Amino acid sequence: MVDMTSSQPARKGDTTLGHIAYVLKDNPVTMLAFAMLAFFLGCAFFGPALVPYDPLATNAARALEAPSWDHWFGTDNLGRDVFSRVIVATRLDLTISVAAVALSFVVGSILGSIAGYWGGWLDAVLNRCLDTIMAFPLFVLAMGVVAALGNTVENIIYATAIINIPFYARLVRAEVNIRRNAGFAQAAKLAGNSDLRVLAVHIFPNALPPMMVQVSLNLGWAILNAAGLSFIGLGVRPPTPEWGIMVAEGANFIVSGEWWLAVFPGLWLMLAVFTFNLLGDGLRDIVDPRKRT
Amino acid sequence: MNARTKMILGRMAQAIPVVMGVVVISFLLTRALPGDPAAYFAGPAADEASIAEIREALGLDKPLFQQFFLYVGDLARGDLGTSLTTGQTVMSDLAARLPASLELTLVALLLSCAIAIPLGVLAATRPGTWVDHLCRVLVTAGVSMPTFFTGIVLIYVFYYLAGLAPSPLGRLDFIYLSPPHVTGFYLIDAALAGDWETWFGALKQLILPATTLALFTLAPIARMTRAAMLSALSSDFIRTARAAGLGSRKVLYGYAFRNALLPVVTTLGMVFSFTLGANVLVEKVFAWPGIGSYAVEALVVSDYAAVQGFVLAMALLFVALNLVIDIAYALIDPRIGLN
Amino acid sequence: MTDTSRRTFLKLTGGTVGAAMLPFLKTMPAQAQSGGRIVVVSGQTINSLDLHRTGTNRASYQVAVNCYDRLVSFGTKDAPGGGLSYDYDVIEPELAESWTISDDGLTMTFKIKPDATFWDGRKVTAADVKWSFDRAVSAGGFPTVQMKAGGLVRPDQFEAVDDETFVITLDKPSKLTLPDLAVPVPFIINSEEAKANATEDDPWAMEYLHTTPAGSGAFKVVRWDQGQQPVYERNDTWVGGPLPSFEQVIVREVPSPATRRALVERGDVQMSFNIPNKDASELAEMDGVDVYSTPIENCIHCLCPNFNFEPFQDANVRKALAYAIPYEAIFQTAAYGRGAPMWGGEAEITDTAWPRKSPFMTDMTKAKEHMAASGFEVPLSISLGLADWMEPTALLMQEAFAEIGIKAEIEKIPGANWRSAALVEKRLPLHLENFGGWLNTPDYYFFWAYKHGHLFNSSNYLNEEIEQLVDSTLHIPMDDPAYAPNIKRMFEIAFEDLPRIPLWQPALNVAMNGASGYEFWFHRQLDVRPLTTATT
Repeated sequence: MVDMTSSQPARKGDTTLGHIAYVLKDNPVTMLAFAMLAFFLGCAFFGPALVPYDPLATNAARALEAPSWDHWFGTDNLGRDVFSRVIVATRLDLTISVAAVALSFVVGSILGSIAGYWGGWLDAVLNRCLDTIMAFPLFVLAMGVVAALGNTVENIIYATAIINIPFYARLVRAEVNIRRNAGFAQAAKLAGNSDLRVLAVHIFPNALPPMMVQVSLNLGWAILNAAGLSFIGLGVRPPTPEWGIMVAEGANFIVSGEWWLAVFPGLWLMLAVFTFNLLGDGLRDIVDPRKRT
Repeated sequence: MNARTKMILGRMAQAIPVVMGVVVISFLLTRALPGDPAAYFAGPAADEASIAEIREALGLDKPLFQQFFLYVGDLARGDLGTSLTTGQTVMSDLAARLPASLELTLVALLLSCAIAIPLGVLAATRPGTWVDHLCRVLVTAGVSMPTFFTGIVLIYVFYYLAGLAPSPLGRLDFIYLSPPHVTGFYLIDAALAGDWETWFGALKQLILPATTLALFTLAPIARMTRAAMLSALSSDFIRTARAAGLGSRKVLYGYAFRNALLPVVTTLGMVFSFTLGANVLVEKVFAWPGIGSYAVEALVVSDYAAVQGFVLAMALLFVALNLVIDIAYALIDPRIGLN
Repeated sequence: MTDTSRRTFLKLTGGTVGAAMLPFLKTMPAQAQSGGRIVVVSGQTINSLDLHRTGTNRASYQVAVNCYDRLVSFGTKDAPGGGLSYDYDVIEPELAESWTISDDGLTMTFKIKPDATFWDGRKVTAADVKWSFDRAVSAGGFPTVQMKAGGLVRPDQFEAVDDETFVITLDKPSKLTLPDLAVPVPFIINSEEAKANATEDDPWAMEYLHTTPAGSGAFKVVRWDQGQQPVYERNDTWVGGPLPSFEQVIVREVPSPATRRALVERGDVQMSFNIPNKDASELAEMDGVDVYSTPIENCIHCLCPNFNFEPFQDANVRKALAYAIPYEAIFQTAAYGRGAPMWGGEAEITDTAWPRKSPFMTDMTKAKEHMAASGFEVPLSISLGLADWMEPTALLMQEAFAEIGIKAEIEKIPGANWRSAALVEKRLPLHLENFGGWLNTPDYYFFWAYKHGHLFNSSNYLNEEIEQLVDSTLHIPMDDPAYAPNIKRMFEIAFEDLPRIPLWQPALNVAMNGASGYEFWFHRQLDVRPLTTATT
């Protein structure tokens, strides 16, 4: 991030903060997205301390109650407070998506840099491997990985990371490839820097802006993916609250009139994904104003 | 021309290791699945001996390497094996179910394009205004909803509460018989047979699941349309056309839109293969007898042949689609592939 | 023609049915029914038309029940909780007209109904019965195991004396043989048709019968949309029982339980088979929908502590579990009160009724007393496919066990792995289990669930006395003087050793809207033969 912000003013001849402020003022939707992100981060950090009920405590006497002042989002079939569960789940859902995206970001960057910088057979082999992963129906691949390794939080993260790696690797490879012979890279090399240093310090940072956009879009996608796995029954273990599982389990209650079980977690899930998606667009405007013309 | 043919051949050669990779990975993935299919399929009350019998019948008692070579040998003969869950050959299962998934996906994409492309054009002609923002928020909201959730909500509102939609029972309500098999696409087969009653029946069943998928695919198409239109509108030839005094409609649709179409079509290709893989969940909600629900069932019970067959079929579709797009590009645009 | 009228009728209204027409729509299926068609929805569809084939799923047993005949069948009685049930104590003729059993119990002679014919018009002969029985004992896998339960193991036990006389010779007399002939497995196939389509590699015509049934039963399969539905049509020349009321039956698969509920509630289908407990308790309150919840005979939902897991070798720890379980809360939350409680019974065992209430009940003080040892961690395993009742049960147990120092982490295991992990490898330290025996005697349940090494003894329980008791009781008649004392002793040991902690006896729930005549069967599949239109 430091490299990104420091390299931009030099290129654009503008102050970064000023630019961000300009884009935000110009685009109320992006502003909204940042506000929502702050809200979700707040829930993730402070939610467990603030919720009115223990999200795991059952109360068979008050099962399936409609939303009320006592239980804002109602209670589920075991009498657990849906509001508390929805808020507490924020941390886990964000953790899954952030960890998965971080993992694919790192692995994808390394693979992509190597392929893009050195090229040759390494590049060819890597490209074919990535093609192979991309050729898989991705959701089914994620399902297979979780089914094979067992449904724990870590494995859901790995599965989500694996299906995202090709996107990052491709992006980085393309960015590195067009710059490896650029003037500034040549100059850095002539100044006595090693290949690795040139790659890491001089070339790679240029790939960061487009990757930030990808990261933010992927964060939303990772949440949806985890939710889909839960729907199939391959999500995190009960009784851990997680949005996808809550929607999936609540779905069976909609027809019998207990809509709050699925609707509230579904709404939260949607808002979180929505935030990340809007954020992606906003980031694109910030890092690459040309895209908006 | 020679160089172009060489490029196309080279591109096709590149697809071979991908397919081989898919074969190997799908084999390893299924074998890594937990559980013993023999024990599962031996059924209730089976004892050790009968499980062993079934394991032998399935060839699962052989070492992994030997199993792999047997599998590849069968593949080479075009034999995808037999699914244990459905009791049919995987080939016939896929042949029966793929058209169902393709029909759903294609109708969904048509619907999606009909909404997303005008939205994208609208947003591009008024960048930065509230119209632009609204379009963006709308399509982003669509892609932010888990498809299974959208599907269930649609069923609840339009079938259960309003009674407007037909019962979510798959491709046809039981009052209709499926049209004579020609393509496997009910809309086409019914039209060929001239049976418009069944055609409408099939269409009615398609509306809710197709809407669910369409909502999910609005965003990439609308975004790409907007971006492509923006770059087309800002290019020199549009300025020239405007300067020459051509009407704004003519400029917009006659020149800018036509030029923006190519990237949009490419995106469509990507969205198509992604959606085909992702409609697993929608198929489950709507009892749609497609390959997605097939794959989920097979995966949960470790039905090796079915999972491998599904993955291979999807991979081949993906590779073929990309090949077609690349080759089409190379044919249209001589700059690509020659450098 | 009646089909067409329903179709035209729907065409007139179906396209434009709005909210305003809803009340009208609810009455429509009753009219449409005069055409003699019933539509049933179920969560699982068939994957073969031949029960003997390897890999045939449970749902497919319905084909054996509805399209084939057996020599004998069970009678009918009123079921507890409304509706009808099969009657284990009454054996009725199906294809057999009469039968005699020799005094030593070793020879059974069946006379086949002279007017019984297969669908192709050929007379059913004793040779067909022999071929079908030979196939069942030779096919391997489940059919062979089930035949063995009745002492039927080798083809040389079966003899076709003449066209209408079939004789079974047993190695030892058993009370289970006759009932075992009434389960879905020993169904009678048109052997001429099958043999004409058999090959050298496939002498039992497994491939042919897999897609083409050849029987004499009440219904023929006229259409099978794989992965979606079988369509049955009545066989008007059936002699196995009273002619069914419906001419056509469609059993459609709808995976989502919510959709199934909406369909039957709206009256778009006449029956939803095997519905979740929650839907059963709510639909039962609704007008127009009839719900039948029949406790499944010889079936108990249990918590199984595995003896291979060190802490559970201590009988006190197992008792601590049994006292800690919040039975009532589980029964209300997971079963919605459907079925029968299996806790809080009398300490003294005076009869041979089974399933029976265990002498345990929720008592945290006693649980803590028994849990003198220090706490431990253990995974509590449940099956993904049975999460409907297992998950809420496990969650409530998890909370209760934490209070006595047992930290249970819930582990969900997918279908294929569940069978091998729980039943074959028997490696799950603590898990939920739901064995139900087809043959309704306690010793049959004990044979499968308490004998060491047997499939459903997933606790790895071994007790020499149980082994010996089961062996000596399994085949003796129920009026044998040794029977009752043996059974009571088994119950005592089972409740003392607690390898399976009974929770409740589950119910099979069925909702009907515009049809009646449902009959519960131990095989838990739908017998469509007795169904009739609703009498409103």
